[in-house]
Amino acid sequence: MKRYLLQRLLLLLPTLLGALTLVFFLIHLIPGDPVEVMLGETASAADKEELRQSLGLNQPLVAQYRSFLTGLMSGDLGRSLSEQTGVADLIRARMPATLELTICAMLVAILLSFTLAMLAARNKGSWIDRLALLFSLLGLSLPNFWLGPLLMIIFSIQLGWLPVSGRGGLDHLFLPSLTLGLAMAAILTRILRISLLRVIREDYVQTARAKGLSEKQVWLKHALRNALLSVITILSLQFGSLLAGAVITETIFSWPGIGRLTVQAIQMRDYPLVQGCVLVIATSYLLVNFLTDIFYHLVDPRITYGK
Amino acid sequence: MENKQGLYLGMAILLLLAASALLAPLLAPHDPTRQNLDQDLLTFSNAHLMGTDKLGRDILSRTLYGGRISLLVGFTTVAISLSIGLAIGSLSGFFGGWVDQLLMRLVDILMAFPGILLAIAFTAVLGPGLDHVIFALCLIGWTGYARLVRGEILSLREQEFIQAARALGCQPIRVIVLHLLPNLLPPLLIQATFGMAAAIIGEGSLSFLGLGVEPPTPSWGAMLNEGRQFLLVAPHLTTYPGLAIMITVLGLNLLGDGLQDRLESRGR
Repeated sequence: MKRYLLQRLLLLLPTLLGALTLVFFLIHLIPGDPVEVMLGETASAADKEELRQSLGLNQPLVAQYRSFLTGLMSGDLGRSLSEQTGVADLIRARMPATLELTICAMLVAILLSFTLAMLAARNKGSWIDRLALLFSLLGLSLPNFWLGPLLMIIFSIQLGWLPVSGRGGLDHLFLPSLTLGLAMAAILTRILRISLLRVIREDYVQTARAKGLSEKQVWLKHALRNALLSVITILSLQFGSLLAGAVITETIFSWPGIGRLTVQAIQMRDYPLVQGCVLVIATSYLLVNFLTDIFYHLVDPRITYGK
Repeated sequence: MENKQGLYLGMAILLLLAASALLAPLLAPHDPTRQNLDQDLLTFSNAHLMGTDKLGRDILSRTLYGGRISLLVGFTTVAISLSIGLAIGSLSGFFGGWVDQLLMRLVDILMAFPGILLAIAFTAVLGPGLDHVIFALCLIGWTGYARLVRGEILSLREQEFIQAARALGCQPIRVIVLHLLPNLLPPLLIQATFGMAAAIIGEGSLSFLGLGVEPPTPSWGAMLNEGRQFLLVAPHLTTYPGLAIMITVLGLNLLGDGLQDRLESRGR
C-alpha cells in the first residue's frame, strides 16, 4: 500500500505543478497590457502602476513565478480587484454552496441511475429497459444551459412549485441539483446497466441463486455490489464535469458558489480572482481523482499502478 | 431503439441539419441580424413562425444561421484536435520512452482541468470571438485523441504485420501512415463523432456565458443567454435554440453509438 501511495503521489505532484504553471500563465496571455485590460484605458498612470506592483507584473517572469508558488504554499491566492479582499477568503466563503450543490447533484444522479439501471437490467428488452436507454440518450444530449431554463419555466414559472433562483432550503436546491446531475445520471445509468447485465451472468451469481437466495438478495448483495467498481470510476471522472458544470448551473440559478463567482470575476475582468477559482477547481479535481485511486486500491488490492 | 435504426436516424438528423445550415441564406425568411424594435418579443405569426427576440429579429432565421456557427465550430475543432492528437499520440505510442513520458505528462496536465473549465478560463483572458472559442476548445480537445491513438498504437505495434514492416526497414513515418493509420481510423471516427457533440455543447456553453461569438452573429448558446432574461414573458426565446442544440447532439450521439456497435460487432 505504501509503495502504491508513493507512486501515485509521485505522479500527482508533477501534474499538479504543471496545472499550477498553466494557471500562472493565464494572466500573461491577456493580449496587450494586462493592467490596462483590467482597469480600462481611462485609468490613471498611478493606479496602473499600483496594480502592476500589487500583481508583481513589474518583476521578471521567473521572480513572479517563484512568488506565485510561494504564495500558494501559504494559502495566498492574491487579491481580488473588484472586491478589494483576498481571493482565498472569497473562495472560502463560496465553497460550501458549491459543495452542497455538487453533492446533491451527485445524490440525484446516483438515485436516478441506480433505480433505472436496476429496473432496466432486471427487465432487459422490455419497455422499462427501452425507457432507461432513452433517458440516458436524452440526458446526454440535453445541455445544462438549456435544461436549467427549461426546468425553471415548467416548475417555477408555469406550475409555481419551486423557487426560481437563489440559495435557501431544500426547495431551492432541487432544480439546480437536477440540472447539474442529469447528465451524470444518464452516463451512470448506461454504465451500471451494462455492468449489472455482465455481472449477473457470472458463476458466483448463479451459485448464489442455486444456494436458494431470493432474487432481491442476488441483485442487491451480489450483482449491484460487484458492479459498483465501474460506478466509482465514472463518479470520480464525472466529479470534474460537475465542478465545471457548476459554473453554468450556478449562473442560471444565481447560486452563490465558486462557479458563479468565476463568471462574475470574468465579467468584471478580475483576473486574479478568475485565476484563483480555476486553480481551486482544478486542484480539487486532481485530489478527488487521487483519492479515488487510493480508494480503489483499498476496495480491490489487485489494482496496482502498473505499466 | 435498435442500434441500426439509431445509426440511420442519427445520420438523417445530421444531414438535415447540415443542409439547413448550408442553405440558411435560401431558407431563412428574414435577415438574421435585422432589427425591428416595433415587433419585439412576438410569439408565433405567419411572418415570424418562431416569433421574434427582444430586438425584433426573426428567431427562425437566427436559429437556421446559428446552426452554421455550431457546425463550423464542431467540424473545425474536431479537425484540428484530431490532427494534433493523432500526431502526438502516434509519436508517443510509436517511440515510447522519454518522448512518451513527456507527452503523456502534458496530456495529464491538460486533463487536470475538468471539462470546459480551461476553455472558459482561456476565452475569459483572450476575449470573446469565434477563433478564440475554437482555439480554447482545441486546447482541451486534442488530449482525448492523443490518449486513444497512443493506446491503439501500443497494442498494434507488437503485432506481426508491424514487426514485419519494421524488420523490412520501413521508416517510422511510413509504418505510422501506411500500416497503423488505417487501423486507427474506426475508433478515431467514433471519438470524432462524440468530440463534435462536445465541441457544439462547448461552444454553446461559452456563448451562453457571453464568451463565444460576438453579437450580432447568431449562435444558439448566445440566443439562449439573451432569452434567459425574458423567461417570464417570452419563454419561446430559449425553446428553439435549446431544441436545436439538443437535436444536433442527439443526432451525433446516435451516430457515435451506432458506429461503436458496428465496430464492436465486427471485432467479435
